[in-house]
Amino acid sequence: MNLFNYLRQFFDDPTYRHGYDDIAARLGQHCEYSLVALVIAAAIAFPPAVATGHTGRGQGLVSAVAVLGRSLPSLGLLILLAVHLGLNFAVAMIPLVVIGIPPVLLYTHEGIQGVDRAAVDAAKGMGMSTSQVVLRVELPAALPLILAGLRVSAVQIVATASLAAVVSFGGFGRYIVDGLYQYDYAQVVGGAFLIAVLCLFTLFVFWLLGRVAVSPGLRRR
Amino acid sequence: MSVFNLPSYVQSSFLGLVGIQLEVALGACALGLLLALPIGQLCTRLPWTYPPVLGLVTIIYSIPSIALFVVLIDYTGATYTTVFIPLTLYSLAILVPGVADAIRAVPPEVIDAADGMGYGRMRRYVAVELPVALPPLIASVRVAAVSSISLMSVGALIGNYGGLGDLLILGLHFFDQRLIWLGLITLLVLAVGCDLLLRLLQRLATPWARQRGGAA
Repeated sequence: MNLFNYLRQFFDDPTYRHGYDDIAARLGQHCEYSLVALVIAAAIAFPPAVATGHTGRGQGLVSAVAVLGRSLPSLGLLILLAVHLGLNFAVAMIPLVVIGIPPVLLYTHEGIQGVDRAAVDAAKGMGMSTSQVVLRVELPAALPLILAGLRVSAVQIVATASLAAVVSFGGFGRYIVDGLYQYDYAQVVGGAFLIAVLCLFTLFVFWLLGRVAVSPGLRRR
Repeated sequence: MSVFNLPSYVQSSFLGLVGIQLEVALGACALGLLLALPIGQLCTRLPWTYPPVLGLVTIIYSIPSIALFVVLIDYTGATYTTVFIPLTLYSLAILVPGVADAIRAVPPEVIDAADGMGYGRMRRYVAVELPVALPPLIASVRVAAVSSISLMSVGALIGNYGGLGDLLILGLHFFDQRLIWLGLITLLVLAVGCDLLLRLLQRLATPWARQRGGAA
């Protein structure tokens, strides 16, 4: 099969074991871009989602922002930003942040809103203030969905971070973009394989996080 | 309407690009739904198949689209089919969990009631389970359609097979910002319009569910 030949060719090639095109160095870059984008996306989306989930208002706004974020083509946004702002790090990050926001926003909103009303009422009855209700009852109870949102967002960011290479940055996308222009399909397939593996690893990390962080009483599946 | 007049190097009219964009992106989404329905049903009937199927579609979803396009060129050549297949797979990856979760969320009382009324399996599925599951199901179809439209633009990177995405790449290569803006805004309008249309469809199809319905 063609695909496996490409993969073997890629992993046998010493070009990718040291120097500037080293797989380990590219892995570091890819993780860096993904983490930065995920943290920014979460920082932007999380507070408003908690607010709308808590008050139960603004659902229309949340879903409108989510639809907009999803329908904006990352490639188009990237090209437009690159044309206007030149090749800098922010240009590579903005499309990633934009695709990272909708899942965090939606899942967090749904999670907080879906918290058992009885638990919230009980907390209020015990004399908890609003911030205590949010921090000690709603957030822990909504944690599985919040983590699910971060997970979906992280996987999409990791898969899309290859676009950073289109505007001169590194990461595994470098292999795909360079391979594409050099008609070196082995390099493209290798890059794609590495990204898919990194996505699976991201899933594994979030699964682990869920095991550690989520209260045992909430583990449904 | 000079805004929509494209320079000759685009080799297509504006409406032609819109047409091919909708045809390929929504066609892939429709095929994905057609495949996702039986797979989702399988995951409901045999619950042990759900985790591995979920794992598989997540792996598919995590393969970068450019890479999948390029790999497929080897098999299907530089054609719209090469763009169509990955879009179908991505739609499938969004729709399979969506369909499975929607069908699994049908209350067991409803299914028991249908059984009690003497519905056969097929009739119960078509007349009871599908309609009850419709709101969350359409919610995932909306996500799939919107992503499909926006993802197709990446097809422009393997030649001119990205529909309106071609405008983005050609605008970049020929330093024509008007093309980039035109492509981006049209893509946005198409995706949002599709989302609104499906939302309207859901309202019309499930008048009983108007009170509920999530933010997704």
